[in-house]
Amino acid sequence: MTEEPTTDEQLAPRPGAEQAELAAEIRAERKRVTGGTPDDAHDVIIELDNVDVYYGDFHAVDSVTIPVREKEITAFIGPSGCGKSTVLRSINRMNDLIESARVEGRIAYHGVDLYGSGVDPVEVRRHIGMVFQKPNPFPKSIYDNIAFGPKIAGFKGDMDDLVESSLQRAALWDEVKDKLDESAFALSGGQQQRLCIARAIATSPDVLLMDEPASALDPIATLRIEDLMYELKQEYTIIIVTHNMQQAARVSDRTAFFSVDVNEGKRTGRLVEFTETAKLFTDPAEQETEDYITGRFG
Amino acid sequence: MTTSITRRQEATQADVAKAIQRSGIQWRSTLFHAGLLLLLLTTLVILLVLLADIMIKAWPTFAERGVSFVTDGLSLNPETAGVFTGIMGSIAIAVIVILLAFPIGVSSAIYLEEYAPDTRLSRFLDTTVRNLAGVPSIVYGLLGGSTDGKNVIAAGITMSALVLPIVIITASEAIRAVPDSIREAGYGVGATKWEVVRSHVMPSALPGILTGTVLTLARAIGETAPLLVIGVATGYFAPPGDATFVDQITGSYTALPVIVFSWSRQTQAEFADTLAPAAIIVLLVVLFVLNGAAIWLRNKTENRW
Ligand SMILES: Nc1ncnc2c1ncn2[C@@H]1O[C@H](COP(=O)(O)OP(=O)(O)OP(=O)(O)O)[C@@H](O)[C@H]1O
Ligand SMILES: [Mg+2]
Repeated sequence: MTEEPTTDEQLAPRPGAEQAELAAEIRAERKRVTGGTPDDAHDVIIELDNVDVYYGDFHAVDSVTIPVREKEITAFIGPSGCGKSTVLRSINRMNDLIESARVEGRIAYHGVDLYGSGVDPVEVRRHIGMVFQKPNPFPKSIYDNIAFGPKIAGFKGDMDDLVESSLQRAALWDEVKDKLDESAFALSGGQQQRLCIARAIATSPDVLLMDEPASALDPIATLRIEDLMYELKQEYTIIIVTHNMQQAARVSDRTAFFSVDVNEGKRTGRLVEFTETAKLFTDPAEQETEDYITGRFG
Repeated sequence: MTTSITRRQEATQADVAKAIQRSGIQWRSTLFHAGLLLLLLTTLVILLVLLADIMIKAWPTFAERGVSFVTDGLSLNPETAGVFTGIMGSIAIAVIVILLAFPIGVSSAIYLEEYAPDTRLSRFLDTTVRNLAGVPSIVYGLLGGSTDGKNVIAAGITMSALVLPIVIITASEAIRAVPDSIREAGYGVGATKWEVVRSHVMPSALPGILTGTVLTLARAIGETAPLLVIGVATGYFAPPGDATFVDQITGSYTALPVIVFSWSRQTQAEFADTLAPAAIIVLLVVLFVLNGAAIWLRNKTENRW
């Protein structure tokens, strides 16, 4: 391991420590830091109301209703192909790029319909940033990867500072500070993903959509990302898709569980349950949820 | 023969070693390999024989005349005939193609790939462009010949029309090869379409576009048929010594491949036997230089990341 030893001793791998034990420990610590279960004091910032998404004739997601609250972390979990990415991408109108994709229902941001007439998807994406499922750095230098977003948004401050602070927050600075003008492709997959996170926060969006941001990361980098999410939560709203249920349990305030219905060979995703994370993982309302989180399905 | 490895306990190390051993020579694979190599070598040998033949024939001309063969203009006298006028004509055609076909072709490709919605019309346009690329060059010559101008400008425009579909296709392919994830990354940080195309798609596609377009330039310089139809000077003509620039580009002209064509039909044996091969060598050198430039440009733009 060439990872630098981290000062946060909780994040250091301990020989023999069971992963679950570590997770439980961290969860306890996080609860202590952030004050435990979420309350309803935060306003709803994004409201998905009966959202259906189609790819051409294919009905990918059926009638999803989720109120996402400000300065909370909302997790999307569920089996592969149930439409987590599809729903996530419809929130910042990324699905506009797929010609066949069509969104029905209402997605409101601060009460404004994101699909209303006169809404500019480019402006939407400046407020609602995104980290993609696969790391996708620009084929440019590490520095330019970060600087591009702020530059086009008309950032007037000190770019060097912004690049440094963004990389620092994404826990990447120490690894790349001496090679900022080297290609982003020279980084490892996990480093690339953290670069993409740094790139997304450099434009200081209001809401951050993260599609399995940690799937390519080692456990230490994963915990660093979770740390970052905690820090970002003070100012930002985060929606994260994850296949790692411990991660969902560790980081999120509320969790949406999706499932797929197979109907005449067509697989349509559906929201099964959306509630407080602590409740969903300990006392789910639906049998389906319980089966999934206890590993009896999917 | 393969032996299956069982999961049972008694599978010994020897069993495993046997199971994963290469089982004899794989004849089919070896044969296929050899066949491919043979075909490649055949192509190379044919090319080399051709080239050697031309070189041997051209050698006396270069030995006797030296650079004057390249710097002298057209003449009826084989002792003094040179290809300078042809080089100038070919360069003029190339410049016109660069100024005309490349900007139009690359812009069209950007439009077709990035902007045009996927409708029946855009698919029709796409197919049309592909079909145009397959139209025989002489047809473009007929098109160009229907204009009055028997000058280098008409030739350049005709050649531009000839290579335009190819420029569009190669540029389109280079643009299409840019992964969508890069576009998504750009849109994801709030870029407009124009910013994504300018800052991410074009830089990524540039090496491919450059290679493709420079190779089409080589095609434009090598073509003969359209020029013959438009009306290029195939015989001797005296470029006016004190001609103005306008006179030069509106007057008679010739190009390297046309010189090769006309010399090889001359009654004087010397033209066909040694001068035409020498002109071919000059043409090949020009083409090699162009291809070299294409490779250099591609490496220069590619190595950045
Ligand atoms: N661009 C597309 N065109 C057509 N169908 C698509 C497209 N993208 C996704 N789909 C379909 O939509 C459904 C949901 O896909 P989605 O990527 O949202 O699933 P997911 O829950 O994110 O899965 P995973 O956990 O594997 O990432 C799948 O059936 C998929 O095949
Ligand atoms: Mg997904």
